[in-house]
Amino acid sequence: MYLFLCIVSFISVFPLYWMVSASTNKSAEVISGRLIPGTYFIENLKNLLTTQNIGRALGNSFKYSIILTVVSLVVCSLAGYGFEIYHDKGKDTVMSIILLAMMVPFVATMIPLFQMVSKAGWLNTTIGFILPTISTPFLIMMFRQSARSFPHDIMEAARIDGLSELRIFFQMFMPTMRSTYAAAMTITFMNAWNSYLWPKVIMTDATSQTMPMVVANLTEGYVTDYGMLMLAVLICTLPTAIVFFCLQNAFAEGITGAVK
Amino acid sequence: MSKSTKKLTLSKKHNLTGWAFLAPGALLIFIMSFIPMIRALILSFKAGVGANMNWCGIMNYTRMFQDKVFIQSIKNTFFYLIIQVPVMLIFALILASILNNKDLKFKGLFRTMIFLPCATSLVAYAIIFRSLFANNGLVNLVLVNLGILDQPYSFLTNTTSARIVIVIALLWRWTGYNMVFYLSGLQNIEYSVYEAAKIDGASAVQSFFRITVPLLKPTILLTAIMSTNGTLQLFDESVNLTNGGPANTSITMSHYIYDMSFKFVPNFGYSAAMSFLILILVAILAFLQMKVGDKRD
Repeated sequence: MYLFLCIVSFISVFPLYWMVSASTNKSAEVISGRLIPGTYFIENLKNLLTTQNIGRALGNSFKYSIILTVVSLVVCSLAGYGFEIYHDKGKDTVMSIILLAMMVPFVATMIPLFQMVSKAGWLNTTIGFILPTISTPFLIMMFRQSARSFPHDIMEAARIDGLSELRIFFQMFMPTMRSTYAAAMTITFMNAWNSYLWPKVIMTDATSQTMPMVVANLTEGYVTDYGMLMLAVLICTLPTAIVFFCLQNAFAEGITGAVK
Repeated sequence: MSKSTKKLTLSKKHNLTGWAFLAPGALLIFIMSFIPMIRALILSFKAGVGANMNWCGIMNYTRMFQDKVFIQSIKNTFFYLIIQVPVMLIFALILASILNNKDLKFKGLFRTMIFLPCATSLVAYAIIFRSLFANNGLVNLVLVNLGILDQPYSFLTNTTSARIVIVIALLWRWTGYNMVFYLSGLQNIEYSVYEAAKIDGASAVQSFFRITVPLLKPTILLTAIMSTNGTLQLFDESVNLTNGGPANTSITMSHYIYDMSFKFVPNFGYSAAMSFLILILVAILAFLQMKVGDKRD
């Protein structure tokens, strides 16, 4: 059993280890199969910075992803809270219609969305990037599920104390649901950072391209500089990996809440 | 009397507050999901470029079934779906039930390592696998040095192997993700159930099929629907791992739709028709899975 787990873990980790070690070696060394970290890291970084505007792509990716995550968390948690705390027949019906949207594949809405965004003049903008995915059925469902455990008597007490409904949400619900927010943040940030098809469609300008787009561009051409390429892949992976590691436990907890 | 009217207005007020809370999220979903879906349906009956779109009846739909590349892309996508999804889900279930064992050591470490691939971006892992399976990549190097191959095998330019590489890459990326869902689901099952089964003489395999699978059914259903939906929309891997090649034999439906709308002369009507077919396929498969999921109750 341990052997099996070790093999699976090895397969899971090895490609990532290879990526890290390749980013510190010369392309020729990578091809010759060198698996130990080398000393070519700075050189690869220099090459990468001269061929591609990594700083700008990173800046774009961070900007789009962070704004999307913040807006999306506020909108979806408000909605999930509204559906659960004030639920009645009408709202439950709307919720089940919204859940149907989970089945709508993105490609099926992509072309009308593109037409809409380009008509509004939002190509190459943050708003164009975030609009289609601010509100997702999955996040609303997650927050709705977690609002179920929000104690009703605390709400009543707060109401008697004269707190407005909005303040109950911001001052009481938000702080108590920290783990749900952490899980939602992990999922949204990762999805935003990793999204590729939608930015490829609307980010027609080189100046507004995201990190994954730039990394994909690097593979075009006849000779691949593996050291440089793997360094770019590494830089592209680090932000999501860091977010994941920091919020790992909250992520698992939040998923447990959603699965219940 | 006055008290009851006051109560009524208060609950009415709460009712309205509720709608206000959920309005932005709900409206966005309607505007960004349902309305574009309907517009895609309308678009699929039109032909032309840019603003010059004219009604063309079901021409786009008849064209679809004569389009060899599109038919190929459906076949490819279903190849990925039929092979990858069941293998991945079974594998994830087995891993989750092993990691759920209370006596296991280094549980957290194993869990983290197996989940680690999910932290990589889709483009990033596609490029890693493309590099590993390249002609001068590590996999060929190892196979040649071990004497299994005489010369490097061109994995990405041979149809079958290109498809298999995509399946391997998908398995690597998503198994851990589904495993986390199962692990979370398993936490809702009392561990004493397993201990009781053990005392009654049930083997690990028996308790897997008799306890784990039935109790995890809702989660299995959820992951099956999510994976099916995801696989039918495969794009990043097809673009960055094999670029649809060789000669479109590993291209996915989404990749072909993208090429049709944004790479070549834009043909939004035809693309909308193809994308609507994906929508219908997703709906049918989700419906079938829910039916199957219900039956076993």
